[in-house]
Amino acid sequence: MMLTLASAGVSAEEIDWSGYVSLEPRVFVDQPLFSEQPGAGVFASAVLAPELRYEWNRGDDRLTLAPYLRWDADDDQRTHLDLREALWLRVRGPWTWQIGLGRVFWGVTESRHLVDIINQTDFVEDIDEEDKLGQPMIALERWTRNAGSFGVFLLPGFRERTFPAADARLRGTLPIDTDRAEYESAANDRRLDWALRWSQVIGNWDLGLSGFYGTSREPRLLPRFDAPTGLVLIQRYDVIGQLGVDLQYTQDAWLWKLEAIGRRGHGSTFAAVVAGLEYTLFDIGGSGADLGLLAEYLYDDRDETAPPTIYDDDWFGGFRLALNDTEDTAVLAGAVFDTNGMFAILEAERRVGESWKFEAEVRWFLNVDPGDPLLGGFRNDSFITLRLARYL
Amino acid sequence: MSARSLAIWGLLWTGGVLAADTVIDASLPPEARGRAIAEESERRDSGFGDTVTELTMTLTNVEGRERTRRLTWQTLEGTVPNEGDKSLTVFHEPRDIEGTAFLSHTRIDGDDDQWLYLPALKRVKRIASSNKSSAFVGSEFAYEDLLSDEVEKFDYRWLRDEACGDWACFVIERRPRYANSGYSRQVVWIDQEAFRPVKIEYYDRRERLQKTLIFEDYRQYLDRYWRAHIMRMENHQTQKTTVLSFSTFEFQTGLSERDFDPSVLRRVR
Repeated sequence: MMLTLASAGVSAEEIDWSGYVSLEPRVFVDQPLFSEQPGAGVFASAVLAPELRYEWNRGDDRLTLAPYLRWDADDDQRTHLDLREALWLRVRGPWTWQIGLGRVFWGVTESRHLVDIINQTDFVEDIDEEDKLGQPMIALERWTRNAGSFGVFLLPGFRERTFPAADARLRGTLPIDTDRAEYESAANDRRLDWALRWSQVIGNWDLGLSGFYGTSREPRLLPRFDAPTGLVLIQRYDVIGQLGVDLQYTQDAWLWKLEAIGRRGHGSTFAAVVAGLEYTLFDIGGSGADLGLLAEYLYDDRDETAPPTIYDDDWFGGFRLALNDTEDTAVLAGAVFDTNGMFAILEAERRVGESWKFEAEVRWFLNVDPGDPLLGGFRNDSFITLRLARYL
Repeated sequence: MSARSLAIWGLLWTGGVLAADTVIDASLPPEARGRAIAEESERRDSGFGDTVTELTMTLTNVEGRERTRRLTWQTLEGTVPNEGDKSLTVFHEPRDIEGTAFLSHTRIDGDDDQWLYLPALKRVKRIASSNKSSAFVGSEFAYEDLLSDEVEKFDYRWLRDEACGDWACFVIERRPRYANSGYSRQVVWIDQEAFRPVKIEYYDRRERLQKTLIFEDYRQYLDRYWRAHIMRMENHQTQKTTVLSFSTFEFQTGLSERDFDPSVLRRVR
């Protein structure tokens, strides 16, 4: 929706907006593990996510404002307002500045995003860790013709991870007291973190290297005894150093992917890897539709002092079907196979008319060992989200 | 490389001054003659630099229901040997894919390089380029109809000369040399005065006529470069049509290689 449209493409000053508003009820199918959680049933939720942009200097300067508001009938922690972006993007020749609250994504794999570290996870949104909070940043990136792109990211200010309320679904075995985060840094959440990034395309290779030094986006969860409620978990944020590499080799219908990190700062230094492939059958049977097959192996050798993860020694398998029809109908399905259980996802979407979209998302826990410290607390929280969105 | 995308823009340059038969040697064998016509068509578009246009795609199904997509299309002419043109498309409508961008670096000697930018995740994804025959955003255009038109990508054969509307045309056949094409061959009508594509028939792998593309509303820019402003694709097997309608093209807007680098995709809109 352009308010003023100058000559095609190379527009002058303009205000432009997009975003969506959606209704997205969630259905929990099992009775809860803990008595304070609600029973099986349908829980209403709604999102307002507009994005407003103002451009000048032929688009070389752009202000973006993207508030995100969710209301949830069941979980008062999930009802929240965030600024996903409040960002000044400034392009000057080969230099790109980003100043304000923004979102940066790095990486290539599908099942886990190891290298992606700039933004905090908005965990109340979804448990797949793909929703992120806006991060305060001053970022400067430099493009070069033959040596790739270099970026420096200064990150003043830290965002705590969001967690479901103690009486809500998906809270895990013990409730998390979100008002009592502890920090290793004496500056608490005001520490100046920083990151470096280099990326380049060399023929069929897409290569990225990154370094991060600052407060970990992943908290350790430490037990504390509270007089009225009993045992709770509090978040403890350590200062970490992390080096990451992401690599993709693209050949014909094959994508070979690797992400690896080394991290120090929570107990012993550890390494983690996701490696896998994606093979796509294009235009199956002359239908125009594509079927992508995904397989990834996940490894993480962190010890018990580090923030917990299920991806210590797991496989992920899945497929992505894109019909390439007028409605852009697509289905993504997959599962993580852990020694203590299986976590399956299914995401289906289809445009309705010109500006509506319907999505169904399934998150399913199967054969989970009740004794697993992480998965065990979620084993009765399989759910389906139905989303009807109107795009602005 | 100059690399006019025969298919997507349709082209033509100076022309006019020389009669076509002084350019294309009629004594050549059909294969060489067909290739000479394609080379001349490309030569006449070389030097265009870069272009920017806005494009509306109208998709019509059998029942006559219409859906539209609106996008910005930027092209940078290739200048390095073995590199074809680079193109960047950014979607504005439908609104749920607003800001999604598709970047393509055409290669003359091998597979093209393609990236997709997904604005919701701010994620840039390198994608496989063997998607040649897949439908582009649900339209009747396959990726290869829009992107793979360098001279070296086909083998040619001149078929005949014949009238095409008000113009006289060369009719040439071309067979894809690249892997994963959905076509056995294409028949292209090119006008003899300015070497603009006028019509393309696409034959599927079983040699059946699948689609016909018609180029209309040619306009000339910078006294040299011709661009079709309407392109109608009809799929004879599904009865669906897709019409591309281009706004005025802007030429030589100062775009450079860095505007077509995957690392800058996140700043497009």
